[in-house]
Amino acid sequence: MSARANKALTAKLAVVVVAMFGFGYLLVPLYDLFCEITGVGGRTGTVTESTAALAKADVSRDVTVEFTAATAPGLPWEFHPLQRKVTVHPGAVTEVFYLARSKSRRATAGQAVPSVAPFDASRHFKKIECFCFTSQQLAPFEERRMAVRFVVDRELPPAVHTVTLSYMFYNVDAAAAADSTATAAATGEKT
Amino acid sequence: MASIDTTVSHDNHGDHAQPYGIMRWLTTTNHKDIGTMYLVFALLMLLVGGLMALLIRAELFEPGLQVLDPARFNQMTTLHALVMIFGAVMPGFVGFANWQVPLMIGAPDMALPRLNNFSFWILPFAFTLLLGSLLTADGGPASGWTLYAPLSVQGGMGVDMTIFAIHMMGVSSILGAINIIVTIFNLRAPGMTLMKMPLFVWTWLITAFLLIAVMPVLAGAVTMLLTDRHFGTAFFDPGGGGDPVMFQHIFWFFGHPEVYIMILPAFGIISQIIPTFARKPLFGYDSMVFATAAIAFLSFAVWAHHMFTVGMPLAGELYFMYATMLIAVPTGVKIFNWVATMWRGAMTFETPMLFAVSVVFLFTIGGLSGLMLAIVPADFQYHDTYFVVAHFHYVLFSGAVMAMMGGAYYWLPKWTGHRYNETLGKWHFWLTAVFFNITFFPQHFLGLAGMPRRIPDYALQFTEFNMVSTIGAFGLGIAQLLFVYIVVRCIIGGERADARVWEGAEGLEWTLPSPPPAHTFTTPPKIA
Repeated sequence: MSARANKALTAKLAVVVVAMFGFGYLLVPLYDLFCEITGVGGRTGTVTESTAALAKADVSRDVTVEFTAATAPGLPWEFHPLQRKVTVHPGAVTEVFYLARSKSRRATAGQAVPSVAPFDASRHFKKIECFCFTSQQLAPFEERRMAVRFVVDRELPPAVHTVTLSYMFYNVDAAAAADSTATAAATGEKT
Repeated sequence: MASIDTTVSHDNHGDHAQPYGIMRWLTTTNHKDIGTMYLVFALLMLLVGGLMALLIRAELFEPGLQVLDPARFNQMTTLHALVMIFGAVMPGFVGFANWQVPLMIGAPDMALPRLNNFSFWILPFAFTLLLGSLLTADGGPASGWTLYAPLSVQGGMGVDMTIFAIHMMGVSSILGAINIIVTIFNLRAPGMTLMKMPLFVWTWLITAFLLIAVMPVLAGAVTMLLTDRHFGTAFFDPGGGGDPVMFQHIFWFFGHPEVYIMILPAFGIISQIIPTFARKPLFGYDSMVFATAAIAFLSFAVWAHHMFTVGMPLAGELYFMYATMLIAVPTGVKIFNWVATMWRGAMTFETPMLFAVSVVFLFTIGGLSGLMLAIVPADFQYHDTYFVVAHFHYVLFSGAVMAMMGGAYYWLPKWTGHRYNETLGKWHFWLTAVFFNITFFPQHFLGLAGMPRRIPDYALQFTEFNMVSTIGAFGLGIAQLLFVYIVVRCIIGGERADARVWEGAEGLEWTLPSPPPAHTFTTPPKIA
C-alpha cells in the first residue's frame, strides 16, 4: 500500500517538475508580451503610413528626438545618424537618415535593433518605415543612406520633452563574424 | 524492508547481507549512510570553495595584481559561489534531512531509497565536471555564478561544462526534494500529524517544494544559454530578437527562492537547538510554520530586486521594493520567536547553542543590510559593491553555514555515539565567529565607499579595510581545519554519548540509542 502511495505522489511531483521546466520557457513569450505592453526594454511601436496620415499634428507641443547609433563587436561597419536631433510636433510624420558604411572586403549583413528611452515614451514612438524592419546586406565597402519614417503619437506623456532613439547593428552572418576581426585589420591597412 | 531475523544484533548494520568497503557506500540505500556521504561531501566542498575564497582574498590583500591574473580571478569568484551554493550549502542541508527527517518523524527510512542513492552519486560527477572546467584552454566560467548573458554566451568550453554540471546538480536536488516530500507525506509514524512535526521537518518540507518549483526553471535558463551558444537560437541575443535582460529575469525567478532554499533549513536547525538549551518548548510553533510558508510564498514575487539597475518602470521598482520589505515581517516573526524561546529559559551555552545564538544575532545583521538593499534609491548606490558581498555572507555564512555547524555539533553525538571535545568545539565557535566578523564587517564600509565587487584590483583608499578582511579570511579558513579535526576525532572515538545526549533534548531521535542502529523505527513509534 505504502509503495503504491509513494509512486503516486512521486508521479505527481514529477509532473510539477516538468511543468516548471515548461514554465521557464513560457517566461520567454510572457516577457515579450510584458515588454510590448509596458515598453520595458525600449520596445518601439509601429504604425502604417495611412493611419499616421490621419492623425493631426499637435503644433502646440515640441518634442526633441535625439539619435544615437552603435555597432556590436563583430560587424565591421561604420554607422551613424546624419542628424544629431530633430524637433517634431506629436502626430507629425518625420523622416531622418542614418548612414552605414562597410569596412569589409566581403559582403556583410547586419540587423539593427531599435530602443527608445525613456521607457514611458517608447510605446508612443511609432515607426512607419525603418531599415531595421529587415536585415541589411552591404557589398564590400558599400555605403548606404537608410531612412527611418516615424511619428511620435499625441498620447506621449506630457512630462516627456526629449526622446532618444538608439540603434545597435548586430552581425547576422555567423561566417562573416568569425573573420571580421581579420578583415577589419586588413582594411585598416588600406584606408 | 522489514528484517527477517530479528534475533541478529543490530550492532553492525546487521540484519541482511551488506557489501563492505567502497561497495557499501556505492550501493547503500540506507538514509543514515547517504546522509553521512552528503555531509562529508558538503564539508569537502566547503574546503574547496574556501580555498578559492582565500585565493580571492590573497589577491585583494593589496592593490595591484599579485596572485591571480584577472581571468583566473573572475573564474575564482564564479566557482567559489557555485561550489559553495551547489556543493556545500545545498548538499549539506540534504545530508541533515537524510539523517534527521526519518528519525524525527518515526520513519524506517526515506521513501525512495534507490533514488536517494542515485541523487547523491550524481554530485561527485557534477563537481568533477564543474571543477574540471578550470583545466580547459579558456579556463572555467568567469561570468559570476549568475551566468548573465551575454558574458556566459561568449565564454569557452568551460561554460558548457558548467551548464552540464548545473543540469546534473539540478537533477540531484530535484530528486532529493521529491524524496523528502514523499517521505514526509507518506511515512510519518501514526499520530505524527503535520502540526506535530519538529520544525526542522517543516522547514525542509517547504524547502523541498521550493526546489521542485525553481530548479527546473534554472535548468531551462541554462538550456537556453546552451542553445544560444551552439544551436543558433537567440533567446538572449538582441541581434536575433532576444534580450539579455530576460536572462536576468528568468535567472532570478529561480535565484530568489534559491536564497530561501539555502536559509529555511538553517532556520529549522536553529529551531531545534534553541529550545533544547533554553529548556523551554519553541515559542510560537504555529506562527513559525506559517512564517516559513509565508517567506516561501513571497520569495516568488520579489526576484527583480536583484536587478533594480537594469532599467525598470518606476511602478515596477516600487512594487519590488515594497514586496521585498514585506518579507522582513515573517522573518522578524521568527527572530522574535527565537528570542522569546530563550527569554527566561534555563540557558546553557554548549557549542551548538553558541552557534545558534550567534546565527540569530548575525543573521539579523544580514537581514537588516538586506532591507537597506531593498530600498531602490539606495540600491542604485550599493548595487554590485562589496556591501552586497557583506550582506549575503552575513546571511549565508553566519546564517546557513554556521547553522549547519551548530547542527553538526548538536547531532554528532547522536550520529557517532561519541561526544565531541567541548573545549575544542567552543574554540572553533569563537574563532569562527570572530574571524567571520573581521572578514566581512569591513566589507560593509568598502561597499558604502563604492568598491565594486568581482574586480581583482581596487583604488588605494580601500587598502586598509581589504587587508583587515584578508587577514580575517585566512583566520576563518584555518579555524575550519579545527572543525575537521573535531569531527574526525568524534567519529573515531571519545566519551560515550547516552541516548538523550542533551538534558533538554525533546523528540523522537533522542529515544534511540547513540549511535542509532542501521535500521530504526521498523515498527513505528507511539506518538504521545
